[in-house]
Amino acid sequence: MPAKTKFELKPGPATREAFGRALVDLGRENNDIVVCDADLAKSTMTTYFAKEFPDRFFSYGIAESNMVAQAAGMAYAGKIPFVASFSAFAINKGFEQLRVCVAYPSTNVKVVGTHSGISIGEDGPSQMSVEETGLACSLPGFVVLSPADEASTKALVRAAAAHSGPVFIRTGRPKTPLIYNGDQKFEIGKSVELLEGSDVSLIANGLLVAEALRAADALEAEGVSARVIDMHTIKPLDREAIRRAAAETGALVSAEEHLVDGGMGVRIAQVVAELQPCPMEFVGIRDTYAESGTPEELMNKYGLVARDIAAAARRVLARKRR
Amino acid sequence: MPKSVAELQALAKVIRREIIEMIGTAGSGHPGGSLSAVEIVVQLYFDFMRIDPQNPKWPDRDRFILSKGHACPVLYAAMAEAGLAPKDQLNTLRKLGSVYQGHPDVRFLPSLEASTGSLGEGLSMALGMGLADRLDGRPNRTYVMMGDGEIQEGQIWEAAMSGTFHKVDNVVAIVDYNGIQLDGFVKDIMEVKPLADKWRAFGWNTLEIDGHDFTAIRKALEQAQATKGQPSCIVAHTVKGKGVSFMENNPKFHGMAPTPAEMELALKELQ
Repeated sequence: MPAKTKFELKPGPATREAFGRALVDLGRENNDIVVCDADLAKSTMTTYFAKEFPDRFFSYGIAESNMVAQAAGMAYAGKIPFVASFSAFAINKGFEQLRVCVAYPSTNVKVVGTHSGISIGEDGPSQMSVEETGLACSLPGFVVLSPADEASTKALVRAAAAHSGPVFIRTGRPKTPLIYNGDQKFEIGKSVELLEGSDVSLIANGLLVAEALRAADALEAEGVSARVIDMHTIKPLDREAIRRAAAETGALVSAEEHLVDGGMGVRIAQVVAELQPCPMEFVGIRDTYAESGTPEELMNKYGLVARDIAAAARRVLARKRR
Repeated sequence: MPKSVAELQALAKVIRREIIEMIGTAGSGHPGGSLSAVEIVVQLYFDFMRIDPQNPKWPDRDRFILSKGHACPVLYAAMAEAGLAPKDQLNTLRKLGSVYQGHPDVRFLPSLEASTGSLGEGLSMALGMGLADRLDGRPNRTYVMMGDGEIQEGQIWEAAMSGTFHKVDNVVAIVDYNGIQLDGFVKDIMEVKPLADKWRAFGWNTLEIDGHDFTAIRKALEQAQATKGQPSCIVAHTVKGKGVSFMENNPKFHGMAPTPAEMELALKELQ
């Protein structure tokens, strides 16, 4: 019998809001935490930190390249800088500086992207970030995190601060359902199995974790036992959990609010190919830019909801039976 | 320990010889912009900066970042002479596994302050260090040297704005204004004039000097140190390839190593 879902998915705050709150807690504990922002503090929620620790908050104006490189300078001098902007700007506009000032010398810089994916809604593709996970993962030594809800964001922001070396954390704009209570432990590189299942594994990150849980419910009604894994760490991947999922369920679906190209799914496929080949389907954005609309409309139109994950599961199950 | 001009001149000659030998032995590298920066780097490492070769990571040390990382032979030679890097390995420049990588790399030489090489980034890093030092109440000062071609990068001007905005008065920017970049003369590639006026317009305490005159360099560094509430920029007029007659003002030697014959000739001139 498939496991009954224990998830009620009550409404929760946006992961960017959880990030902003977590940063204040960290600031109280550690004087070396400093924050850099590029005229988006009210949106990235670093404004909470700025208010409580004005001396450790640095405004850079709309100049991300300089901001990232100055954060690297602060890290060279012993600080733990958190650099925040929309994901599209933090990674893309600061990419060269992330490469040469952060990744290459491995300076202790934490980059937090908010407004990731297409769920930002009406502002449209210039503000939407759909490539940045691929870019961040391409940087040697970078840890890349994509938390799914409030509790996991708070825990992973804390883990990022404790980690020595560059980290990118991908957060979102919309309110996000609560998945975890405060008891769940989070470790960089260690995924969380939210639902047991034996027929197919749904591996998701960020907003798509809640959708995967809903998809598992729908599949359960059809008699399909779906395992749901929160792959909050996109780099380094939890290779053992992927191998086990491939070996035990024999079919995988990845789900993410990002281009399929360069995203978590293709990284998982590499692990599957190396350790335990099995059929796999990919839920994500297909080689295109989105448009303006409400977050719900966009997630529906671009195929990023539970319905799409369930459909991918049915496809992969059909291939598995062949 | 302050040094006399005569002592600094003697050191400059040693460093120039080492630059020629390093690049000549490597068979590739950037002699022109290394030679133009010699007096400034010598003044900083042997006269002005607070450093402790016994303790390269002394938390209160002054820092130097070579943002124009391709000129690293001058930095490596100065660090080696100052006891911050191994002198007997200078001629392994650009060889596999050498601490003297093609551009400064902290992974191989931890006594460096920053990895550089992609132009336009050192000023930002220096300002970040300055802000961190100020938060910690440390007395350190950070010096960063840029090329005149390098300041064509937009990031330099983002950084210039922020240095003034955040009043980072423990950072001194130095522009090695030698007038030549890879493809030719700066005026023909992308003119940067009026250079000092640009820095003044961005709010920097700006000083213009002859970058080969030790007395002028020291005076400018002292004046920068005495300036509070704003960062300082020293626009140092220099000669690319300075000290080797056939390299001076010759764009060819921006990124071309001397042949063995040219190396011999250059070393003879630097006796």
